[in-house]
Amino acid sequence: MIRRISNVVVMKVIEVSDLRKEYRGRNVVDGVSFTVEEGEIFGVLGPNGAGKTTTVECVAGLRVPDSGTVRVLGGMGPAEVRRHLGVQLQSSALPAKIKVWEALDLYASFYPAPADTGALLERVGLTARRDAYYGKLSGGQQQRLSIALALVGRPRVAILDELTTGLDPQARRDTWELIEQVRADGVTIVLVTHFMEEAERLCDRLALIDSGRVVALDSPEGLVSRIGSPQRVRFRPSRPFDDAILRALPEVTGVRHEDGRVEVSGTGDLLPPVVSALAAAGVTPADLRIEQATLDDAFLALTGKKISA
Amino acid sequence: MNKMIITEAKLFLRDPAGPIFAILLPLALLLGLGSIPGFGEPDPAMGGQRVIDTQLPGMMVILSVVTMALTALPATLVAYRENGVLRRMSTTPVSPVRLLVAQVVNNLAVAIVATVLLIVLGHLFLGVAVPRNLLAFTGVFALGTASVLGLGLLVAAVAPSSKVASGIGSLLMFPLLFVAGMWIPRELMPDVMRRIGDFLPLAPFGQAIRDTWAGHAPQPLHLAVMAVTVLATGALAARLFRWE
Repeated sequence: MIRRISNVVVMKVIEVSDLRKEYRGRNVVDGVSFTVEEGEIFGVLGPNGAGKTTTVECVAGLRVPDSGTVRVLGGMGPAEVRRHLGVQLQSSALPAKIKVWEALDLYASFYPAPADTGALLERVGLTARRDAYYGKLSGGQQQRLSIALALVGRPRVAILDELTTGLDPQARRDTWELIEQVRADGVTIVLVTHFMEEAERLCDRLALIDSGRVVALDSPEGLVSRIGSPQRVRFRPSRPFDDAILRALPEVTGVRHEDGRVEVSGTGDLLPPVVSALAAAGVTPADLRIEQATLDDAFLALTGKKISA
Repeated sequence: MNKMIITEAKLFLRDPAGPIFAILLPLALLLGLGSIPGFGEPDPAMGGQRVIDTQLPGMMVILSVVTMALTALPATLVAYRENGVLRRMSTTPVSPVRLLVAQVVNNLAVAIVATVLLIVLGHLFLGVAVPRNLLAFTGVFALGTASVLGLGLLVAAVAPSSKVASGIGSLLMFPLLFVAGMWIPRELMPDVMRRIGDFLPLAPFGQAIRDTWAGHAPQPLHLAVMAVTVLATGALAARLFRWE
């Protein structure tokens, strides 16, 4: 049991260690370990079939792992976990003819101290649709109702699995905003996703999962910088100049010319030194572009695969 | 629990094809067939009974129970499993068992409504006597309905999809109804068929309903077969049921 000695001590909300789960002779989860700290948005990122869902299903108590341990909120029993853990699963739905308010009201009745359902509907933007049938909602609205159901018991931790899959870009951004608000209320969030952009935007830390293993665990920036972060700066110089002024910079590893454009490659924070060296030489860079490594590149470098295939 | 039953009842009534079918079809058959002159005359082949005394109303009670328990109930439950409704509920502090209970209660309610209407309207329009051994009739109805609900839950437990569930339901329903005497009264069946029927779930239910309707005591064998069916199907269904 982890006790909270003071508010400075960060509580480990979820501790997973050496989790294994075999399914039809395949090691779907093959030794996964990670911890989730209170108040963070923790991402579980990986391609389809990497074992993400099975991992969080074990955390939520829906599946029994073959070996390894899962401790939730300091080792609560399954019944208590279900009270404090809100779960939104990929392959779960509601009866088509249940109304929005009925579903929320029913789920609220499952918990000892539920959230105010009216306020929750307002927050997920479904107040105007409260009398609509679940089956008549758009994909984004169904997802938001599903999030509301995961939050109606006022959980300390919410597990959200692929919550923006199949949504249009606007609905996706709205959902991201909602998640950020929920976190601001102090709910710890575990986000399962295969969207790079989503992970980069929302997550404080990420576990990159591939073939049932954690390949890396870090902040999005940390993961990107881990691969040596080859950055590229491209521009069209206002007048010719000597490459040596750029090659002399410690950050720069290469300079190439192509059709009147210059491409400078290097590591770290490349842009400021390049721009000031050019300014010192009286060169103005036009059409300045910077290319940074993304999580996609990080995943590719770490596993040799593309994540979003 | 009350909220769950109420919510399920609302959902049930929003898709009323099943319940309407289970109530109206047996009623229409009772009143329609019951008006055929020959069925109102004492039949020497049936020991001097009239068809409308117990054969027709008894079989209609069985028909409504079977319609709900063997077709409507498994199809709904399997659809809930297919769509992840049960799985979603299993992440909450409330067990999806309650959803099963709510469904059973609703299906039972429909069967009770149908049975009451059969008795009342049969009495008013055809002069069919109210079950003469009402207490025993009620007990037999409860036990028999429980046995068919158990069978329905077992179908829901093993069927991989709602289509398969409906298929298995119908496949069980017709032969069981046949040996129970739905189309040929059991009195007119060959001995061997009647004997086989005694050990299948539905025929004892039908016979016991008819016996108590006529004011007799149900046969112990029939009560035993129904009780065994309840226990066996209930235990198997509980063992085999999957939430996802």
